[in-house]
Amino acid sequence: MANLRELSRKGELLTGGHRACAGCGAPVAVRQVLKAVDTPVVVGCATGCLEVTTTIYPYSAWNVPFIHSAFENVAATVSGIEAAYRSLKRQGKIQRDIQFVAFGGDGGTYDIGFQSLSGAMERGHDMVYICYDNQAYMNTGIQRSSATPRGAATTTSPAGRVITAGKTQYRKDLTAVMAAHDIPYVAQTTIGHWNDLITKVRKAFEVEGPAFVNILTPCRLGWQIDPADSIEICRKAVDTCFWPLYEVENGVWKITLKPREKKPITEWLRPQGRFRHLFKPGNEKLIEEIQADVDRRWEMLQKRCEVGG
Amino acid sequence: MAGSLEQETVKFVAMTGNEAVAEAMRQINPDVVAAYPITPQTEIVQIFSTFVADGLVKTEFVTVESEHSAMSATIGAAAAGARAMTATSSQGFALMWEMLYIAAGLRLPIVMPVVNRALSSPINIHCDHSDTMGARDSGWIQIFSENAQEAYDNLIQAVRIAESRDVLLPAMVCMDGFIVSHGMESVKLLMDEEVRGFIGEYEPAYSLLDVDHPITVGALDFADWYFEHKRQEAAAEAPVAEVVLKVGEEYGKLTGRSYGLFEAYRLDDAEVAVVALGSTAGTAKAVVDELRQKGVRAGLLKIRLYRPFPKDAIVRALSGVKAIAVLDRSDTFSTMGGPVFIDIKASMYDLMHGEHGEHGEHDAHGAQDAREARDMQGPRIVNYIYGLGGRDIDLEQIRKVYERLQAIVATGETGEPVSYLGVRE
Repeated sequence: MANLRELSRKGELLTGGHRACAGCGAPVAVRQVLKAVDTPVVVGCATGCLEVTTTIYPYSAWNVPFIHSAFENVAATVSGIEAAYRSLKRQGKIQRDIQFVAFGGDGGTYDIGFQSLSGAMERGHDMVYICYDNQAYMNTGIQRSSATPRGAATTTSPAGRVITAGKTQYRKDLTAVMAAHDIPYVAQTTIGHWNDLITKVRKAFEVEGPAFVNILTPCRLGWQIDPADSIEICRKAVDTCFWPLYEVENGVWKITLKPREKKPITEWLRPQGRFRHLFKPGNEKLIEEIQADVDRRWEMLQKRCEVGG
Repeated sequence: MAGSLEQETVKFVAMTGNEAVAEAMRQINPDVVAAYPITPQTEIVQIFSTFVADGLVKTEFVTVESEHSAMSATIGAAAAGARAMTATSSQGFALMWEMLYIAAGLRLPIVMPVVNRALSSPINIHCDHSDTMGARDSGWIQIFSENAQEAYDNLIQAVRIAESRDVLLPAMVCMDGFIVSHGMESVKLLMDEEVRGFIGEYEPAYSLLDVDHPITVGALDFADWYFEHKRQEAAAEAPVAEVVLKVGEEYGKLTGRSYGLFEAYRLDDAEVAVVALGSTAGTAKAVVDELRQKGVRAGLLKIRLYRPFPKDAIVRALSGVKAIAVLDRSDTFSTMGGPVFIDIKASMYDLMHGEHGEHGEHDAHGAQDAREARDMQGPRIVNYIYGLGGRDIDLEQIRKVYERLQAIVATGETGEPVSYLGVRE
């Protein structure tokens, strides 16, 4: 369990003055992640909102060593850094203990960076991969990704006159895919659950070998929400079981926060402008289907947790 | 001289190009190698893996899942202050392409052997230079090797060249797929301590692992800074030729094998000359020798440093030649001929117009040559694209090239500037 007072005393490794939007979840995620680690940390970052808003030359918001090289390769890039560290440490050229963390958005993680991520996890690099999942390509202007949930309108899955659903496909369950890599630690959390997030990221750093943490990270522009609601909307994602909080530690699945009462999916959908069209007459069936999918996945997760636990 | 080689310590062994390159990598003993197998480079990765498995190197070996990740991991390692290497060919090289520009832009002195192979489509595993020619403007230093000995020597020298504080650019050392990579040759090896002494300890300018002095690598440049940074990258190319010469000379002192920017073979008084790179230069030398015996003033210019292109020195070397044939083992598909041809022609333009070269010590000399050459109207230059997809090039084909050059000198008629050699039309 994280202690809020203690955390507030820790210095900021991502400083203010970056150019992220008001209400953006990405810097919140990064600050919480970096507060969870006590050893020096080296950060790699995929191309995306986080990188472009924090490293506009000649400025940098990062008080830790930072590298960005391309969009699809942050896991491979950090693999190389971690390999260099192991080599130099073995040769006695470095004494310090250093941790390694890669940040990628959902585009850079679920889609274009998926191969690089899968390879790095399989090779067993001692690194933490953080996906700040805002459910679309927000940096290029809100295009659908494989993390975009069914029914979300994006600029490449608009709600049209013929295709009224917005995105017609369900999202990829990347957290489960990463669990299938059988790495020491996999978890999903949100920026709205700071204690859960920091506890999980601490575990991720503590394990030897690769760890993956998927953080639901609202984009107020893409989700069409009030900037003040970024934290609140995360709670709705968890309360409706759209985004359950769970972890897979050494193959053991565990739900870390079970909602007291599972709320209907509309509580998650309705506040977000990207789902507005779902509430138009004629689209009732879509909402029913989305609810059914959430129910099915929640049941499946609970079963996995029973078996795993 | 310290480190000088005694004859009895020279190891003379039969090796393929791939074996020689893998041996050079063992002796360089990089901190990190991240690589992925592809024909005809595969042996390098295999052999190096056995060095790792047998504990013969200190290298952390990253068996990546693609060449894109190979270059990405190598970039990460180099940014973390490691001496980092990879190796590839063809499609793998093409897959790295995005990251090649990033390695150069980040000024990371990565060294990479490339075993030249044709590019798809159609798929083909044999030699041509299409792969590395496609990245000739990526900011990498490109060094071509004629044989296994040169591939070995060039790889060791490339470490010094890339890591020179005046340069700090990545370097690729190219050798012809199968012809050199799989051909068995007699190779003279250095002793391990000689290689270690020659390349020295790597001291990175910056490192991500220096956690007390955090740096941001790969920041976002807008229109207010991007141009200056790319201008600096262009400026870093300027001292490369001089560093290559210095390192080549020093290597000569150590081994008896000196290296320049190119090899001028019987070129001094040549009337007709071929320009080539890679293994074909060896075949062309045999033809030059034949022709010289018949009294023909034939010569060869074998390019070693292809990028940055040592324009001034090449122009000087070719300025007295009357007719030149540039042999290109790749096509630009631009109707302009092969890449080497385009470079040579562009370089000779200044010569023919008396405005050769930039300013500098060498150029006073060059300007003199240029004036002389202008009086001769400059050389006639033709291009042959040959050997795509591993098509053999033989003595007879090269004889015909020289015959044509002699006819051009005799008649003053150049004819078709770009031809294809050894292909069914």
